[in-house]
Parts: sequence; C-alpha cells; structure tokens
Amino acid sequence: MGKTDLVVRFAGEAGVVTSAESLAATAAQAGYHVQTYATYPSQILGGPVHTQVHISTCPTLSDGDDVDVLVAFSEDGFNNHKDALVSDGVIIYNSGEFDPPGDSHSFGLPFDEIAKEVGNARASNMVVLGAIAPLSNFPLEALKDYVTKRFTRGRPGDEKIVEANSLALDRGAEAARTSGFHLTELDRPIRPDYEQIMISGNAAVAVGAVQGGLDFYAGYPISPATTILVWMEQNLVGEDRFTYQASSEIEAIGTIIGAGFNGRKAMTATAGPGIALMSEGLGFAWMAEIPCVVVDVQRGGPATGLPTKTEQSDLFACMYPAHGDVRMPVIAPGTVEECFYAGALAINWAERYQGPVIVMSEMQMAERSQNIPKPDVSKVAAVSREVYTGENGYQRYDTDELGPMPLPGGPGAYVANASEHDGMGDSTHLPIRHIRGMERRFGKLKLLNDGPYEIENPHAAITLMPWGGSKGTVREAYLQLRKEGVDLGWLYSMTLHPLPEAVSEELGRKELVIVPELNYQGQWSSLLRSDGYKATSITQYTGLPFKVRDLVARIKQSIEAHKGGKILV
Amino acid sequence: MSDRNPEYDFKWCPGCGDFGVRRALEWAMHAYTEKTETPMSNSVIVAGIGCSGNLVHLVEGDQPFGVHGIHGRTLPVAFGVKQARPETNTIVVAGDGDFLSIGAEHIGPAAQRNLDITCVVMDNGVYGLTKGQASPTTQFGVMTSSTPFGKLEAAMKPFEQYLAHGVSFIGSHYSSRPRDLAKLIGAAMDHRGFSIVHVQSPCTTYNDTFDLLKGNKKLGIAPLVYAIPEDHDPNDKRAAEEIARAPGVPLGIIYREECPTLEDLQEDVRKKARSRTAAEMVETYSL
Repeated sequence: MGKTDLVVRFAGEAGVVTSAESLAATAAQAGYHVQTYATYPSQILGGPVHTQVHISTCPTLSDGDDVDVLVAFSEDGFNNHKDALVSDGVIIYNSGEFDPPGDSHSFGLPFDEIAKEVGNARASNMVVLGAIAPLSNFPLEALKDYVTKRFTRGRPGDEKIVEANSLALDRGAEAARTSGFHLTELDRPIRPDYEQIMISGNAAVAVGAVQGGLDFYAGYPISPATTILVWMEQNLVGEDRFTYQASSEIEAIGTIIGAGFNGRKAMTATAGPGIALMSEGLGFAWMAEIPCVVVDVQRGGPATGLPTKTEQSDLFACMYPAHGDVRMPVIAPGTVEECFYAGALAINWAERYQGPVIVMSEMQMAERSQNIPKPDVSKVAAVSREVYTGENGYQRYDTDELGPMPLPGGPGAYVANASEHDGMGDSTHLPIRHIRGMERRFGKLKLLNDGPYEIENPHAAITLMPWGGSKGTVREAYLQLRKEGVDLGWLYSMTLHPLPEAVSEELGRKELVIVPELNYQGQWSSLLRSDGYKATSITQYTGLPFKVRDLVARIKQSIEAHKGGKILV
Repeated sequence: MSDRNPEYDFKWCPGCGDFGVRRALEWAMHAYTEKTETPMSNSVIVAGIGCSGNLVHLVEGDQPFGVHGIHGRTLPVAFGVKQARPETNTIVVAGDGDFLSIGAEHIGPAAQRNLDITCVVMDNGVYGLTKGQASPTTQFGVMTSSTPFGKLEAAMKPFEQYLAHGVSFIGSHYSSRPRDLAKLIGAAMDHRGFSIVHVQSPCTTYNDTFDLLKGNKKLGIAPLVYAIPEDHDPNDKRAAEEIARAPGVPLGIIYREECPTLEDLQEDVRKKARSRTAAEMVETYSL
C-alpha cells in the first residue's frame, strides 16, 4: 500500500508560484484532491517565497504538516526549508545556482541549463515537475496532458512550446530516475464522481456574491484583498453592473452605502487597515439601515502588521467596528467551498435585514487554490429587499417589524440619517426614539439566525469550535483525536453573529469549548465567554497557519488541564 | 422643527445665511423637476455634518430623498448614489469645514471623474455647530476659540483649489440673493459634470460677514461681492484663474468646461463588456 498524501514545497525566489500552480492543476486534473499554500514578502519581485502543494487521494483539509519533496530554487530556500522535510523525504536543488554540502536527502539538477538545452529557457519549471513524478509515482502523463492543454492557445509556435516543455518533463524525470532516490509510492487517485472546479477563496467569494445578485462594487487595492477588486474589474461588468477602483477605503465604504441606499446590492473588500478606515461608515450603514457588504481578507496585524501573512485577528474589529453600540452580522467561511456560499449569503443577509454585513476571510484561504465540488448555483437563491410602493409620508424607521425600503425615484422620501432619528429619518434627541431605534436595530438581527452549522458527537462534554479559515486544519486534528478515542465534540458555525439557535444551545450545554484560533488574545473564545459560555482558546500568532500535529498536542493539553480543574486561557 | 417633523429640534440662528441657501436650493430643485418632468423624489440631497447639513431636514414642500451621513464624506456617498442610478439628480450640501477640511481629499477624485453631481458649499469661515473654531477659509490672524493667538494658517482659496483639481463647473455666490443663487444652482444642475456652487453663507453668531459682503456705506465698508463682468468667458481657464486669485466675492459662473462624465465613459465600457452570469463564471473554473 502506498501513500495517500504527498506534500511538495517549492522554495526560493522566481518560479516558485508557477511550479506550484502547475503541479496543483495537474494533480487535480488527474483526479487527486489538492490544496496550495503560498507565503511571500511584501515586495513586487522575488524575495524569499515558498509555496506548498498538498496532493491527496481524499479531500484535503490542510496544507500539510510535513514536506515529502522540497524543491530548492536557491540556497536560501534550501537552508530555510530543509528541516521541514520528513525523514524519508527528498530535496531537489537547483545545482546550476548552488551546491549544498553533502546531504543524504538531496540531489542536484541544473534546472535552467536543462531548460536551455531543450530549447525553451522558460521551461525550467517543467524540469522540476518532471523530476517529482517518478520519485513519488505521480503520473508523468498527467503532466504532459497539462502542458499540452496549457500551451495550446491557438498561437503560432504553440507546438514548439509544447514540445520543449514535454521534453523538459522527460529530462527531469530521467534525472530523477537515475538519482537513486525514491519515495513511498503515491496511491492512484480516486477520481471524484462529481463535477469540480479549481478556485481560490477570493474568487469563490466574488462568484458567490454575484450569485447573490451583487451588481455594484467599489474597492481600494490592499493585500490580500486586491484580487477581489481585480476580479470585479474583469467580471462585474456589462449591463446594469458597476465596478470602480475607489480613491481610498473611506471612499469605498461611502460609495457602497450610497449605492445601497439607491437600490443596489453593493460590496467592497479590504483587509484590516481598511476595516479600521471603514469603521465610521459601517456605523453609519448600521444606524441608517443601508444594505451593503464588506469582505475583510485578514492578514497579520495590528497596523500594517504582516501584510502577506495569515492571521485571524480582526474578529473584534469586524464584530464591533464602530463607536457606539453596534454588533455587525459576521460570516466567516471555513473553506474555499464555503467562501462561495458566504459571498451569496452576505448579499442576501444585507438585503433581508437592511444593513451592513461583514465577511471574514483570511490570506491563507483567499490566495490558495483548491479543487472543490462545483457549486450548484441554481440552489443558491438571490434575495432582494422589499421596496416600498405606497404613499408619501411613510415612516420607514417607525415600524415594529422591518418594513419595505423606499428608493429614490419612488414614493416614501426619507433621510438616511447617521444621527438618531424618527420614522422619516429626521434627527431627534428624544430618549424614546433612541430606545426604540436601538432595540429595532438589534432586534432585526433575529432575521439572520439561519446560517449553516455542524454539530458532531454532541454527547461529549468538551467540544472543539474552530472558526473561519482554521476550520480545515482543526478538522484534521479532530478526526485524528477521535480515531485515538478522545471523547470530543465538533461544533462549527459559518456565521459568527448572529449564531444559529442550535449552535447557541449546544454552546450552553458544554463544559468546555476549545477554540483554536490564529491570534494572541483568543478573540472568539473571549466573545463566547462574554456571552456566558465556557470557552478557552488555543492561540498561535506566527503569521502562519496551524500545523495538525501541534493542534493535536495542544488540544490534548487543554482537555487535560480542564480535567485537572484548570482552564488554559 | 417643521410640519413633517415635530420632534426635530435643530434651529439655525436668526439671520443665518443657510436660510437663503435652503430657499434657493428648493427653487432650483423645483425648476429642475419641471424642466426634466421628473418627480422631486428623483433628487437626492447628500448632506454633510455641521449647521449647513441640517438643510436636508429643513426642506419645505415637495420632499427629495436625503442622506445625512458622516462628517466629510458627502462626495463618496454621492458617488455611490449617482453611479447606482445615473438618472438620480444628486446634490451635495456641505459647509466649508466638512467639504474643505475633513472632506478635501474627495474633491480631486470627484473632479477627475467629472462626476455628474452638484455641490452647494456653504462657506461661513467658521465651525459654527461646535461653537466657533477656525475653519480652512477663516482668514489668517483671526482669533477664534481654537486660535486664541490668531490663526496661524493662511486662508484656503477654494476657487484656486477647485480649478487646480479640474472641477468642470465653478460658481460663486452669496446667500442674500436667493433668486439669483437659485439660477446659479440650476445652471450647475444643468451642467453635465462635476459642479460646485460656492456660497458665502455667513454665521450671524460667530462670523457675521454680511456687512463685509454687502458693504456698509455708514461704516465706510466697500462690498466684497461683485458681479462677474458680462464679457467673462467661463470657458477661458486663464480668465477664470484671474477671478479666482482676485480679492472679493464674485457672483456668477467662474468656470465651465464641457467634457465627458464618468457616467458617459461607464456607458461605453458597459457596451464593450460582456455580462456573464454566476453560473457562467463558475464554468470558467471547471477542471
């Protein structure tokens, strides 16, 4: 029996991203499940980059703890990553660039030289991928198919490029075969019997939002949310659609509020610094009850923080972005697949309760590629707010239940007011207005307690409750712990506020809720405690995702500490 | 307080210039609805924060829609309102503090896009609602509660700023002649592109400049306001710059330039671009 999983890491500078993407696409086309992970510095070109491809015969949940094959494009890449290799792993290094001191795990290959020899200097990636194939019994033919598909673009010279790349694959494979190295064979893929797409978290949120009826987007470039703006500029175009690059995050939030007020389903996407700048606007949208959606693709913070690293540290900022009493509806998808549904749900929620909604994604999920079941868009409904069609003199804000919303051009003119207001939106200081306004704005959140959730092993006194992008890794740890016989529950909600009733009830029954999360303060467990639940966090603040191995150990520690009467905080 | 809103307890001080600006804007909006045969509800007033912004609650007669949002952010909201439905008659009302201090960063982008909206800036040279602090247009050396030793900054010159940003319609007036002001605001609404009507609207409590504007023979004060000469060509940028730099408060259109609006350019893009459904977008990611 072979291996079910293969993890390949590419480290160095140039070529790292293309190699990983090509390998991931090939593996997915061949029928494997894949998930990539990339980390790079905040600069335009080069710098220490590494990308990782986790290939598996089962659906992948994490980017993989340990590396089976390390491809070192540079000496730095070799030195910085050689320790991540499993004991029987292999390092392929670019011997045209450097020669590391004798190492029993590695063999050199002059990537660029071979590429030149086959007649295409840009085919060095394929030399590398060709070498990976025989090492792990990865199908070389799949790589050849990929090359043929990728470079057959109907241009003159296509054939020559395909030929050179194919030759590069052969040369790499041949070198690996004669190297004497071999990994445990990777099992043949079990091709899924459902249709698949290969997509990133950011693209999935964007497509999902369009399915929810998104027709207006304004955004400002910021890592790692920029790809959503670029996607919108290319895709949210044509009849009755609007996309525009705003001059700042402050302008972006104002613009989508104006559009939401005037009947559009409007969205922006940003990262932590942008959330800070949008906070006043979010308070306004909450106060004046204007539908709009803000996607926060989290990165390391605070301040400029770690712009290209992953973290889950904006939860406080997203839940309570504004001054005064607010608590935003927050949707935090846990997987690339959920990103699609979160995008659609956010638009629908904003319409249904007439107010701002926040989607919390994060760098590691936003930028990774993953093959997921093709979303059945026909099953995702687009909900639209009810529009007021009665007589003038309508008191929009003075209805007991949420009423229809008047739109400019139609009847029911009112003022969307950031100050406390009466039924038609005129400012007032009467205590009864503030009381009723406050209760109305919080009260209508009950319309949103229908988010998707998962409850498993509910009889266990202690449960795990991951949130957002850590879900997959925590899931892998959970499955391993259950296999070891640990009595542990699983609780997950894609919506963090409001929580579905069943989730609140389950939380209330638990002796301990363990929340692994990528921040210092243990933000989600802190919010759970403030809501009266017994929760503790397992935190990590490295700018990197969790490792399954670490989680398994720390969850055990948490349980032990609890049983000894101590709760780790 | 108005008929429609018995709870609304905000009042302008007696004699405030904003009364005249409100009347002028009402007339201009009525004229616009008659001319375009559109309902008043097709107009949206996006108001800033300050005394002037309260205009949106004090409009009498037929009611437009209104937004009374965040200090300094009228232009971003107006951008969204206009692009959401380009046929919306979008009007910004804001004071000198809101528009030229905290909100100044938004003038450039709106001008460069030639956004088809009309801004009515009520300049009283002071932060009135917070009880008399220096504003960008407060003159150098003037003592206010925030400048007890006199203002240390030169007064901003709004017209020079507007011209430098490329605002395609610049009008100037004062609040004491609402009929004339209404006509000027009407011309700004008719203009296809980004228009600003900058109005001297004195604060009778903290910076009463009525005598300075109109002049007072008894006190020997020559009026600051003057009619822009009839032979001034508003299309002539150099002539506009001369007016902008000259002392006094000109009455009329300083500058006007016809150029494509963002709405025009967006329409061109829409024609070129192919609109795809979410299902079609999903297909592009198929394995």
